[in-house]
Amino acid sequence: MPVLSTWMVRAALLSLGFGFALGAWMLTAKAIPFDPTYRRLLAPHIEVLLFGWLLQLAVGVALWILPRFEKPPKYGRIRLAWTGFFLLNTGIACVVIGSYVGGPSHPLALAGHVFELAAVLLLAIFLWPRVKPFMG
Amino acid sequence: MPRLSRMFIKAGMLYLVAAFTLSFWVVARAPLGLPGWLSAFQPVLAHLFVVGWITQLIIGIAWWMFPKITKDNPRGDVRFAWIIFALLNIGLLLRLAAEPLVTLYPDAPLGWALIASAICQLLAGWGVVILLWPRVKER
Repeated sequence: MPVLSTWMVRAALLSLGFGFALGAWMLTAKAIPFDPTYRRLLAPHIEVLLFGWLLQLAVGVALWILPRFEKPPKYGRIRLAWTGFFLLNTGIACVVIGSYVGGPSHPLALAGHVFELAAVLLLAIFLWPRVKPFMG
Repeated sequence: MPRLSRMFIKAGMLYLVAAFTLSFWVVARAPLGLPGWLSAFQPVLAHLFVVGWITQLIIGIAWWMFPKITKDNPRGDVRFAWIIFALLNIGLLLRLAAEPLVTLYPDAPLGWALIASAICQLLAGWGVVILLWPRVKER
């Protein structure tokens, strides 16, 4: 597993744990009304699990598993992917904080979506040429 | 494929079928004139898909295919992994049963089931993190 894959998969695992913690908090607050604002956690919960966990895990594993190039660099333009990784996690953090503090239209949440868009563009550009026959 | 992976993946497929079946009835409720209580299953549907199906499928495949820890201990603590499987499914099934009932009968003393479900799923989620963390490494 390449180094960046280990970072992405570990970040995905941490997102899984964090996302489940948010979900557990909301479910408990539904049972015992100790936090009347628990619904504000719904958007961060979805964001962390959908993009932090599922998307990041898929990209991390794809980076590892997809056919490599015969000549170096065998994984492709890895700097693009590292930049995508940092942008994705910065974006997720911005969306989580922004949407918790001020809802989905909060400037921080909007900035987070821009970071995420840039991240998925870079990751798609990085992975695109790796989608090929094994000996191609 | 290890037995635990098969269990995770097959459980995932059962949840997928259950989620599609349930979502059909929820969507068809109004046009077919079915009872209103069916819409109480709405919040559970997403969790059947995302936790029941996708997450269990991922855990099952990861347990099978992620790099081995050592030759003597290739996948980590199998008993711990089975406990995670049990916790995740107990938590999800408790939620499937309790959440619609809490929505329909808010005064019914069913809060304990939601709390138990939350604890089971939280422990399972962090259990997965602990279980798979040492398997995420360079080969």
